Amino acid sequence: MTTDQGGTVATVTYRDAVRMALQDALRRDPRVFLMGEDVGRYGGCYAVSKGLLDEFGPERIRDTPLSEGGFVGAGIGAALGGMRPIVEVMTVNFSMLCLDQILNTAATLRHMSGGQFSVPLVIRMATGAGRQLAAQHSHSLENWYAHIPGIRVLAPATVEDARGMLWSGLVDPDPVIIFENVMLYNMSGELAEDAGGVAIDRAALRRRGRDLSLITYGGSLWKTLGAARQLAGEGIEADVIDLRSLRPLDDATIMESVARTRRAVIVDESWRSGSLAAEITARIVEQCFWSLDAPVARVCTAEVPIPYPKHLEDAALPQPAAIVAAARAVMGR
Amino acid sequence: MGVFRMPSLGADMEAGTLVEWLKQPGDTVRSGDIIAVIETQKGAIEVEVFESGTLERHLVEVGATVPVGTGLAVIRSDGTPAGAHNDLPPVAPVAVAPPSAPATPPPLERTALAGSFGPKASPAARRLAQERGIDLDTLTGSGPEGAIVFVDVEQAWLRRGASVVTGPAKSSGVDGMRAAIAAAMARAKREIPHYYLGHSVDVSDSLDWMGRWNDSHPPADRLVFSALLAKAVALALDGFAEFNGQYRDGQFHAAAQVHLGIAIALRGGGLVAPAIHDAARLSLPQLMTALRDLTNRVRAGRFRGSELADSTVTLTSLGERGVDWVQPVIYPPQVAIIGAGAIQRRPWLVGDSIVPREICQLTLAADHRVSDGHRGGLLLREIEARLQAPEAL
Repeated sequence: MTTDQGGTVATVTYRDAVRMALQDALRRDPRVFLMGEDVGRYGGCYAVSKGLLDEFGPERIRDTPLSEGGFVGAGIGAALGGMRPIVEVMTVNFSMLCLDQILNTAATLRHMSGGQFSVPLVIRMATGAGRQLAAQHSHSLENWYAHIPGIRVLAPATVEDARGMLWSGLVDPDPVIIFENVMLYNMSGELAEDAGGVAIDRAALRRRGRDLSLITYGGSLWKTLGAARQLAGEGIEADVIDLRSLRPLDDATIMESVARTRRAVIVDESWRSGSLAAEITARIVEQCFWSLDAPVARVCTAEVPIPYPKHLEDAALPQPAAIVAAARAVMGR
Repeated sequence: MGVFRMPSLGADMEAGTLVEWLKQPGDTVRSGDIIAVIETQKGAIEVEVFESGTLERHLVEVGATVPVGTGLAVIRSDGTPAGAHNDLPPVAPVAVAPPSAPATPPPLERTALAGSFGPKASPAARRLAQERGIDLDTLTGSGPEGAIVFVDVEQAWLRRGASVVTGPAKSSGVDGMRAAIAAAMARAKREIPHYYLGHSVDVSDSLDWMGRWNDSHPPADRLVFSALLAKAVALALDGFAEFNGQYRDGQFHAAAQVHLGIAIALRGGGLVAPAIHDAARLSLPQLMTALRDLTNRVRAGRFRGSELADSTVTLTSLGERGVDWVQPVIYPPQVAIIGAGAIQRRPWLVGDSIVPREICQLTLAADHRVSDGHRGGLLLREIEARLQAPEAL
């Protein structure tokens, strides 16, 4: 297959795209190394780093003890020392153990050193529910990190972003957290073989409509696009915004869309209270109040620990039917 | 001009009761005059005014207890016209907590906020309604929970004939349309240096051709002359970009397509000129359908915003019962309008013979900022040529 520009494209999974990004970074820059639980001999909990140990060896693909506070701290130290570490935290649920390192060290050192030190660290975390991994492995806590000044938070939802955001994150002189939704690893998409870094400060309009703005990110993007297709069958045309960057938020893209459609539904796989959806709602009301035709609506996860049984897990998460219902409601239908 | 307010007759006074008015509306007052008697916790106190003028009206009635600072009367200073302070609402008595209760200062003039906030309407609808002078109480909402939303206001505005409007209209219905037409036409005559051209066109061949068409087609597919005229105008404009577009922000913006505004009189009075989009691209039967559809919908009050907002040129046709010719006024921000008088059977010179022919007087009003008379004349000639080759329409 070829692109318009004459380059070739291949169909790859999201998992492949992340692995290609890791390989590319490891080949391009000798300062880059990967560490985390089971990333080496086991090939990664989600098989993302499979084969990398053979190619790059144990110095650069480092298995760590089950000690998030320890190995994230080591990553911060390595970054301060001139390396470009990529630290994998198996899931965001485990990252509470290293929250102190991220919040009190990585995010503050530039500020507290008067700009003398920067922490060029990339932390990858899996996030999200849907694999029946129960309440200690399924939560979406991206918004906790999006709250913290001093770090950048990314959420690739496409294979292109999965391939591109890692390198762009490594180039950034400050800590970057990349959230990979566990339901996306098996998803396939087309990727140009010469794909590389992507811009990481703008949201993307993944679908253009006129009637309402559906605002989402990560694993919810595909459910939202599905809902938008269903709505189109009912004559409701939705903008679908993929936030891509959770910190900073791209207000300009959001407000341009909402001012045009006058209605917004935010789809966010975290709990409603104190969610990113709440933050975006507030910003829309602050910046777009006089353009609104309906209250801003949110489709979030039910405020329960994510259940283990499949039917309850499905019921707890934002699903296309709920997105469609919320969209109809803001349309007055 | 001033407002005489409940004075504070002691640091702990929160409210007072008006016992007696010593000055009545119309009375002259001078600074220092005793104007009223106020009952406080310390007893009845005569209070004085610190302004000179005429007491215009009382704002509270005798017996009312109101918080300190509440307006009691309007004093018109000498030389101020009467009624200049009508925005101040009369004040209703406010219940005041008994002295033993902890003091909560009553908000001043809260009654200004009293009453309904109006129907449920979205912020976008409220903003548009305010901009366009539309009363939300007259609208029915189509949004969530029956709220009035942007499109409801927009539709009301369009029904009112907004195609010709450039500024806020204050009233509704036919009056609103009258105001809208007034605003647009006044702006046209104020801003647009019109020039006018006229040309008598022999449309006998067009009518003959149309007669033959209509004889060979079922009633639903039959044409009227307006359709031929609209098509001829749309096609002719192809080579005359300076007549087709809009003049905005001190600059002419030529349009790529001809969105032909059709002036349609409304039965209740007034007129609107919604567009047939890309009229040059439509076949005659399609144009006929579009014309019929537009006329029906306009008279039923149902037409789309895009049909009103983006006309690039307008055609006004006086119809069968009209007079010989019209000198039309351009609808801003357009830059040209073409008029057609009623078709009249006239003696006409063909070759060396005088024969009866069907004559239509075409006129053009155009914006001299954008085009000149020479080109305008060529445009009318081009329309004539198109009408005289009806088979090519």
